[in-house]
Amino acid sequence: MSVNKESFLPEPNFLTSPKGLKSWLLTLDHKRIGLMYLFAIMFFFMIGGIFAVLIRLELLQIGETIMSADTYNRMFTLHGAIMIFLFIIPAIPAAMGNIMLPIMLGAKDVAFPRLNLASWYIYIGGSLFAIYSMAHGAVDTGWTFYTPYSTSTNGAVISMTLGVFIIGFSSILTGLNFIVTIHKLRLPGMTWFKMPLFIWGLYATAIIQVLATPVLAITLILLILERTLGIGIFDPAMGGDPVLFQHFFWFYSHPAVYIMILPGMGIISEMVAVFSHKRIFGYKAIAFSSLGIAFLSFLVWGHHMFTSGQSEYAAMIFSFLTFMVGIPSGIKTFNWLATLFRGSITFEAPMLYVFAFLFLFTIGGLTGIFLGALPVDIHLHDTYFVVAHFHYVMMGGTVMAFLGGIHYWWPKIWGRMYSEAWARVAWVLIFVGFNMTFFTQFLLGTKGMPRRYFDYLPQFEGMHGFSSVGSLVLGAGFIVMAFYLIHAIFKGRLAGDNPWGALTLEWQTSSPPPPENFLKDPVFTHGPYDYDTVDVQRTV
Amino acid sequence: MDSTATLWMPPAQSTIAGEVDALFYFIFYVAMGFFFLVVLAALYFLIRYRRKGNEVGLTDGHDHNFKLELIWTIIPTILVFIVFIWGFRTYLKMNVAPKGAIEIKVTGQKWFWSFDYPNGAVTLSELVVPAGRPVKLLLSSRDVIHSFYVPDFRIKMDALPNRYTMLWFEAKNVGTYNLYCAEYCGTGHSTMLGKVKVLSVSDYEKWLANAGAEKDAEVPLPELGKKVYTGKACMTCHTIDGTPSVGPTFKNVFGHTVELSDGTTITIDENYIRESVLKPQAKVVKGFAPVMPTFQGLLSNREIDGIIAYIKTLSEQ
Ligand code: HEC
Ligand SMILES: [Cu+2]
Repeated sequence: MSVNKESFLPEPNFLTSPKGLKSWLLTLDHKRIGLMYLFAIMFFFMIGGIFAVLIRLELLQIGETIMSADTYNRMFTLHGAIMIFLFIIPAIPAAMGNIMLPIMLGAKDVAFPRLNLASWYIYIGGSLFAIYSMAHGAVDTGWTFYTPYSTSTNGAVISMTLGVFIIGFSSILTGLNFIVTIHKLRLPGMTWFKMPLFIWGLYATAIIQVLATPVLAITLILLILERTLGIGIFDPAMGGDPVLFQHFFWFYSHPAVYIMILPGMGIISEMVAVFSHKRIFGYKAIAFSSLGIAFLSFLVWGHHMFTSGQSEYAAMIFSFLTFMVGIPSGIKTFNWLATLFRGSITFEAPMLYVFAFLFLFTIGGLTGIFLGALPVDIHLHDTYFVVAHFHYVMMGGTVMAFLGGIHYWWPKIWGRMYSEAWARVAWVLIFVGFNMTFFTQFLLGTKGMPRRYFDYLPQFEGMHGFSSVGSLVLGAGFIVMAFYLIHAIFKGRLAGDNPWGALTLEWQTSSPPPPENFLKDPVFTHGPYDYDTVDVQRTV
Repeated sequence: MDSTATLWMPPAQSTIAGEVDALFYFIFYVAMGFFFLVVLAALYFLIRYRRKGNEVGLTDGHDHNFKLELIWTIIPTILVFIVFIWGFRTYLKMNVAPKGAIEIKVTGQKWFWSFDYPNGAVTLSELVVPAGRPVKLLLSSRDVIHSFYVPDFRIKMDALPNRYTMLWFEAKNVGTYNLYCAEYCGTGHSTMLGKVKVLSVSDYEKWLANAGAEKDAEVPLPELGKKVYTGKACMTCHTIDGTPSVGPTFKNVFGHTVELSDGTTITIDENYIRESVLKPQAKVVKGFAPVMPTFQGLLSNREIDGIIAYIKTLSEQ
């Protein structure tokens, strides 16, 4: 790797002007706020990841390996709650979206910069409650907080739910901010169908964030009131219904699955086009399928509850709608494939993650079909099959897209390039480790291994052991990645404005961009994917 | 290895299991088809259209093809329609119990199952049913939500604290099958294991006729106590090797004193054990949560005598 210590980043850039901690903590610059989100999110990703490895170590062998059943129950709860609420939901919109959305629209900032900063503080405030909960007995309810377990168990359930409740507001504010920004601050000439598809993904996501998150907030408040005042809404002894909680919870949390995946699909759309240097196939189909998914996502919550005693007809409708929401995702996949056709493809790290995404997300999506089919779901519900399925969707889908996005925009954010060779090493470790860990779990699940089990019968030991070893490989991949990405910030060679030869607006400004994003007002001269008419080459 | 097991599925031991597996494998092969289509197409394009050299020119601008898009929308839609209808039909069969099914009441609690049979007999952790007869289970829970799951029968249903849920199945063969709790329920969730014991119809009837009665009269007390310990769920919370679990161990406790949560101490004797079993909340051992359920009505007098005798054998005098 050619390290060029003499070369300096372009000035002024948002990283260094103005200087000082205070200028960061009080910044209104969307890029800085996005970066602060990124740091916080990566911190929680690391904590959640450590919990994950501890869980797998406990399951390495039969019996108690490194922790008691009660500790184990706290571990998987914290792993889930942190990964969902503190990492994956804000990861792409609040971190990557915040940094890139205004630049990609050719705007100077989001519509409400102060609100944007407030949302970061709200997120941090909420996460402090979560940390307080961890230090005071934590929670053993599972990240789903099902009643009546969650209303009767010991531990710091209230501070954890309060934390999640507060974080929800940061999500709502970010969504609101993005909707207004997309409507109002597009560069003149950038019509709706000339927007990059990442923006469409963020737009669909923002709609869900604004509409669904309040339902989570209400649900959590009811849970807190139930625990503190005993209002009885979920308490059978007072005429309440614990299953009602599940309805409320999934009415948010199913759409939340799409809060996680839609922006990831947006990143994939960007990277597919850039690294095959080709017009994206089926622009409108991809854009509209995001909106279609956002709409349908509100109508399928009951598929988490097929064994809860719901009526056969409710089950029928939820099953049907579940299949319908799968179709748009399939269409997107075919569109990405067709984009590769007759492209001019290169294989830098972001493209490797596109491939990982296509491979893993396809498995994640297809295994969803098993779970949507009623009688098959009866067998597979609450087994490791479900655990494997949602890790293929969430981690194989969203996280792969997120990692791809990190590698794609890292040179833009820091102005410096990471080591491509080390990126490949990390990619191989992550791809292999992921499949070792989670593919095994499909088999565990179909064979009848229930989830959230501290211990298991001897027949499952081999597969559990293999899955645990896989998680170590996976973890090693992330450690390698952390090293070369951080190294790149300080020592990487200069990236130049447009290292990938891309057409979206963020590549037309310097890397890192100046505080106001563009030194000269940008002009909209071509669409985001006009690789058939605009001759663009890589800088460097 | 059970010959009804397949690569992906455990043994198929109920009448519905074969149908569930048929649908599973239909989806499986269709999914495999799509998966290889996507991955092989991706690999082929990635290799075939890789960039040669550093410069890049303009590329092909085609970005839609109505026929192609119609095909890749309609074919998956048709396939999921088939899966949906097939699934719903099988699901209805799974939900509508045939007339004349044997009805057994199932109660989940932390962390064992109890079963009430039509003639008043009760078993804990082990459900006994006849082969070749439909059995209908009426489920409920005494505390949090549990879920009754027998993989070999492909059945699962939540047991709720406020409402009855229903489940039915017909076991095909005599044998013993694993029963799990599939809804997370706390400390003992993974030890809330049970068995479904399938007998021939005549054996089942014989068993049922004797079940309520004192048929254990001939078994010596300590042995009976040991049977109660394993069969009536004491072992999910109590060990016999000296390590505390959810509850205190049974090793070396008889005749020893123990401190209660209100600070008083008491010597463990016959009456204390009896009270602990029938009214567990009356005296709670210090350092433990008051989670032991009452066994009032679940254990006969002789079984309680047995437990006392058994705990005595575990203590050095
Ligand atoms: C759900 C878990 C659970 C189950 C099942 C359970 N116990 Fe307990 N048991 C406890 C706990 C917790 C304590 C300690 C708190 C208390 O005294 O209530 C306890 C206390 C006891 C004590 C007092 C022990 C002492 O050292 O003072 C006896 C005796 C006892 N149980 C007997 C039984 C028997 C017999 C069974 C089976 C028929 C049984 N338990 C089933 C949880 C359980
Ligand atoms: Cu349970």
